[in-house]
Formats: sequence, C-alpha cells, structure tokens
Amino acid sequence: MKPILKQYWELFLVFFKIGAFTFGGGYAMVPLIRNEVVKKRNWLDDEEFMDMLAIAQSMPGPIALNTSLFVGNKRMGFKGSLFSGLGIILPSFVVILLIAVFFVQFKDNPVVERIFRGIRPAVVALIAAPLFSLGKSAKISLKNAWIPVAVALSVWLAGVSPVYIVLVAILLGILHLAYIKRKIKG
Amino acid sequence: MELLDLYLSLFAAFFKIGLFGFGGGYAMLPLIQQEVVEAHNWISVADFTDIIAISQTTPGPIAFNSATYIGYTAVTDMGFSTFHGIIGSAICTLAVSIPSLIIMTIVCAFFTRLNNNQWMRASLSVLKPAVIGLIAAAALMLMNNYNFIDYKSWIIFGIVFLASYKKVDPILLIFLSGIAGLILY
Repeated sequence: MKPILKQYWELFLVFFKIGAFTFGGGYAMVPLIRNEVVKKRNWLDDEEFMDMLAIAQSMPGPIALNTSLFVGNKRMGFKGSLFSGLGIILPSFVVILLIAVFFVQFKDNPVVERIFRGIRPAVVALIAAPLFSLGKSAKISLKNAWIPVAVALSVWLAGVSPVYIVLVAILLGILHLAYIKRKIKG
Repeated sequence: MELLDLYLSLFAAFFKIGLFGFGGGYAMLPLIQQEVVEAHNWISVADFTDIIAISQTTPGPIAFNSATYIGYTAVTDMGFSTFHGIIGSAICTLAVSIPSLIIMTIVCAFFTRLNNNQWMRASLSVLKPAVIGLIAAAALMLMNNYNFIDYKSWIIFGIVFLASYKKVDPILLIFLSGIAGLILY
C-alpha cells in the first residue's frame, strides 16, 4: 500500500497529464482516460468505465471534469475528487491565462486580425460538421427530429435560454414515462 | 466595491453555465454566449469566436477555456490590473467547476442505483436530442456579420466543413484557414 499522500499526488498527476494533452476537449480524451485509468492502473474495469462515461455525459458540466471527479471520488472519496479535478483544470487554466495576458496586446494588430478573419468561419464549420454523426449516435429519427430542430430555432431566433431548454427537456422525458406507465396500468 | 460586484456577477454567470451546461463542449456554447456576450457584454461576438478558435487549438474543455479567458478580459477591460484579472480568471474557472463537483459527489454516493434508474433514462431521452439542437444553435448564432464578412468567408466555411466531415484534424484546419486569411485579406 502506498502512503496516502502519494496516492493523492498520483490522482492529481494522472489527470494533469490528461488535461495537458487533450486538445479540443470532450470526446477526444476518452481513449486517453481509458488508457490511464483502466489499462495502466486498473482503477476501474471496462464495464465500470463505460457506466461512468454514460453518467459523466448525462450530467451538466464539461465531460472531462465530470470523469476526473468520478474517478477521484471512487478512488479516494471527496478529497480524491478535489485532487483529480484540480489536475484536469490546471493545465488549461495556465495556458489560457498566458494567452489572455499576452494575446490582448496583439489582438488589434492588423496581421493578427487578417489571420482571424480566415479562422472565424472555420470555427463555425468545425462546430457544424460533427452534427450529423452526433445525431446518429443520439439516435435521432424522423419521429424525434423535431426536438433538435425546435431547440435550435428557439435558441437561435427567439433567444430562448438553454436553461429553459434543459429544464423543459427533462420534464418532457419524465412526463412521457409517467404517461406510458399510466397507460399500461389503466 | 465595483470590482467585488464584477467578481460576483462573473461567479454567478459561470456557476449557471456549469449547472445548466449539458452535453459538454459545443452544446454549452449558446448558454455561454448568451451570458457573456448578450446579457453582460463582457466581450464582443468576434472575441467570443476567437476564444472558441483558441479553445479548439489548446488543451482542455471549451467551458474552462472560456471561463479562464473571459474572467481575465472582463476584469482588465474595466480598467483593473493584471493581478485582479488573474483573480477574476480563477473565480470563473472555479465557478464553472463547482456545480460538477457537487453533482458528481452526489452521483458517486448513489452510483449503482442511478445508472439503471428508469426516470434518469426517461429524462435523458429528450435531453439527448435537445443537446444536438443546442450545438446546431451554437453554429447558427455564430453565422453572423462579424464572422462572415464576405463570400470568401463562406468558401472557407464550405471547405473546412467538408474536410472536418472527412475527419481532417481540426488543429490543422484552423492553422490552414489562418494562412488563408493572411493571403485573402
């Protein structure tokens, strides 16, 4: 058995590494986390890992953070999740802070502005491109395709807050199940 | 006093983003944009797009990246020092993480039961397709006059869209479109 402090440190270090090398966030880091947590260290088995991933994706907040908090908590309790969470936050915090401090000075530079004129439409394309494959994995069919369409239009055109979207979506799902249950009973 | 107020509203906004930001990454963008651009005017739409671009080329989730960046710029733009900006940055980054910490602590306590819970699955049955809609909204909200200034913007958009669909590395695509911007403008 390793001393306690070393185990906390290991949690911090594993997720610091994941945080530092995961570009683009979210789904890109799943194989990386699986490699560290399942294959290398046996902290979770494959089934536990898949269950945890499903939960991390269903809860609010960045998926990378939720995953790190879950693993930290399972290993060393609440304190463990503080160490793993800090590990995953710290790399991007340092990098972005440096960019924020120094980028401000270059922002109005005409060359930088030209570069960003090219980049801005590309950013939008990168957000839009995965929509189809995401739709497939979320099992979007003709029957429920109205949901993403209605959400996109109401947020985009009517400026509806995503907070309400989330609350209404959860409520509709629950009401739907309650309705089915009553129908079966009656 | 003014600084304290700013810290408090930054904290509140990013706590809200962490609490209601379902689906991670791009799905959180409409909420972030509404809070930091429209409701509080902490940054412009163009700057917001630049943050996403920076986010796509640096490590870490977009929610953290925008919290760290906006926390700093919102404070320094109001005329406060670099040091106060760094504090603002830390406040936003913590604020966006605290809801996850609370929720995951509760989830871990009830883990085995929650995963197979039919009510949990039922609420996700509508939330998952809704998240796709939120990502679409993020793209639509960014298709504005700041980001698309002429037909050349749309050509870049079209090429990157197809290349990304064909799984070309996003960092490479951002790099190349930066060069395209340098040549075209």
